[in-house]
Amino acid sequence: MLDLLSGFVAELRRSGLPVSLTEHLDAAEAVKHIPLEDRDGLKYALAATLVKSAAHWRAFETAFEVFFAVRPGGAGEGAAGDELGEGEGDTESEQSGGEGGRMPGQGRGWKGGGGGEGMTPEELAELLFKSLMSADAAMMNVVARNAVDRYAGMEPGRPVGGTYYLYRTLRNLDLDAVLERLMRGAQAGAAGGALTDLEERLAADEYKARIDKFRRAVETEIRRRLVEDRGAEALARSVRKPLPEDIDVMHATRDELAMLHRTLQPLSRKLAVRLARKRRHGRKGPLDFRATMRRSLSTGGVPIEPRFRHPRPAKPEIFVIADISGSVASFARFTLHLVYAISSQFSKVRSFVFVDGIDEVTRFFEGVIDPAEAVARINTEADVIWVDGHSDYGHAFTEFERRWGDQVTSRSSVMILGDARNNYHASGSWVVEDLQARARRVYWLNPEPRDYWGSGDSIVGEYAAHCDDVVECRTLRQLEHFVGNLA
Amino acid sequence: MTNGALGLPEGGPPRFESLDTVRAGLAEVGYLADDSISGVVYLADRLGKPVLVEGPAGTGKTQLAKSVAELTGARLIRLQCYEGLDESKALYEWNYRKQLLRIQAGEHGKSETEGPSWSELEEDIFSEDFLLTRPLLEAIRATEPVVLLVDEVDRVELETEALLLEILSEYQVSIPELGTVRATQLPMVFLTSNNTRELSEALKRRCLFLHIDYPDLERERDIVRAKVPGISEELADQVARIVRSLRTVELRKAPSVSETLDWARTLVLLGVQTIDAAEAKDTLHILLKYQADIERATKELLSASSSSS
Repeated sequence: MLDLLSGFVAELRRSGLPVSLTEHLDAAEAVKHIPLEDRDGLKYALAATLVKSAAHWRAFETAFEVFFAVRPGGAGEGAAGDELGEGEGDTESEQSGGEGGRMPGQGRGWKGGGGGEGMTPEELAELLFKSLMSADAAMMNVVARNAVDRYAGMEPGRPVGGTYYLYRTLRNLDLDAVLERLMRGAQAGAAGGALTDLEERLAADEYKARIDKFRRAVETEIRRRLVEDRGAEALARSVRKPLPEDIDVMHATRDELAMLHRTLQPLSRKLAVRLARKRRHGRKGPLDFRATMRRSLSTGGVPIEPRFRHPRPAKPEIFVIADISGSVASFARFTLHLVYAISSQFSKVRSFVFVDGIDEVTRFFEGVIDPAEAVARINTEADVIWVDGHSDYGHAFTEFERRWGDQVTSRSSVMILGDARNNYHASGSWVVEDLQARARRVYWLNPEPRDYWGSGDSIVGEYAAHCDDVVECRTLRQLEHFVGNLA
Repeated sequence: MTNGALGLPEGGPPRFESLDTVRAGLAEVGYLADDSISGVVYLADRLGKPVLVEGPAGTGKTQLAKSVAELTGARLIRLQCYEGLDESKALYEWNYRKQLLRIQAGEHGKSETEGPSWSELEEDIFSEDFLLTRPLLEAIRATEPVVLLVDEVDRVELETEALLLEILSEYQVSIPELGTVRATQLPMVFLTSNNTRELSEALKRRCLFLHIDYPDLERERDIVRAKVPGISEELADQVARIVRSLRTVELRKAPSVSETLDWARTLVLLGVQTIDAAEAKDTLHILLKYQADIERATKELLSASSSSS
């Protein structure tokens, strides 16, 4: 068990969770107090001692599922299993998840229960429908196992994380159609003939939750088989996912982007609180003579405790100039969102977006509570196309200089966002040079990895000469760090 | 890593027999815990470690500490954190007015007979008589069982957090003039956080971490039934289901458990048997606190039905 735990902790560290030695020891101590057969108990004990942030929960859960995979045929599945006339075929792997994994190719686990093969696809679909209808967890697990047998087409020894197997299984089961059928069932079963819309919505949410549960059952089943095949550590490597802060924004999948959005809000809130505190407590203000004298009255006129005024350092003014052409668009959106979420920390924020034309979008953010709404409007309403909708930094910058250039003063900091892939147009770097002469600071945030800078049509080097700093900014963590230093 | 090896005071017999007793006990005092909550409370007792409870507002973080205190028959000592909280408010403070009076009294005596020497005086004014105990010290010095609740720990500054560290890991307080005060019994410690900022690693490392999220459908229904007297099973189920659906809608502030309970109470008071769209619409403002949220929720869940009915 201790070995298994050490492996597990090592895996958590590899996924980026900061697990200290004390925490490891605590986990080892905690495990002693948990009955071994209580898998959920074990999970919560490990989570309580090893995971200290809700954002890390997903990485923990993935690793846990791999290292402590469920053994099939556990309690509660027995009844449904018997009902199907299923043998004890797949309860053979007595070893706990990790160890079982080190003995690949234990034929039985791969084939699953003997009963499943006798089922036709129609029977399987019918059983799935029934199990979802009655929310019978045990039956769902059986269906999941059989479905994986039939559809996943798993090949031993392949170094994959199982997403494709999951996709293949679910596609064959066609869960959308099942949901529709469930909803029709609900409609038909309604007392007064038809459901009201509210009831319909509630029923739909209920069934979606059940289907989600089933999907997780399938996922668990696939993962269990993969562990049996290749061992926990090998699989952990394939399924390891970066923490939300570490996802590369430019290459994020749709799911990851959604997750980033969820992470962004608490992140910006925390950043705002931290900056506000820094501003107030950063340094002691001058002595407040009146307050000190007032307070000294209670000690007989002896000024024991001096009082200080609150410091009020000046707030910077920010100009954000963001490239929102295809490849870097999502990055620009995140940055705008973050900057506006903490806009109280700046005296003024003005934002401009460009592709080959440039447009000011400050107005979208005025009087809007949630920056996300404004960011969404930028996509549809900002006027950024000049000729063909391919990035032209040179033209955009010249335009900026002509229309708003004189508003950049020595109080302003300018942030330019973009990969500087200019499609071989003129660079217009004299604008940046001019800006630098007038502005307090000019920063360039580049969402590309540093290694790619200057390759192909990237001319970031040409601009870099005139910027105070050029920062690689690929993840939320880097972005947060930069913005935090700015204010 | 036993407590004895670290020189900690022995915790005495464990408070809870097993995981199930924790859960059953909490249910008895009206707190419906799920597996993770009861598991962590159980571990906190066994390992003698503080619990850091985090989660959205209104999910019963503070209530958990209260319930555990009630369950174990312990006194609850609460330290409400706020910005600017310092050690004189959290740990202890010398009552310097009293000390000043003591010194002045000594000087007056001197004119008649021989007054106390400085070293006597010093020993005297830095004794326990002149010490004002604040919640943290109080929890350590208590001889009866106590539960210490440090509420909203994320509101104090990062530097102030360090005050807590000695107590959390060693269960002791060092007072330079007096020496170290050790706990005679291990208090159970709960810290709650609304996650407005990242807590320091040092603090997190010393605690067990518990994230309380919105409860799932079954648990929420049970909570409603337990906390709202006179609610029918059917209505409780409906309430829980509507709230779950609302939480899937993108809102600025999703309804919390306490708001669910308020809503359920209102519905009971109004004598509602089953919720239909119109009633839901009229009482939605109890569940949601922003006008924009109410509008969005009405549109998502209800508006279609009001037009069709």
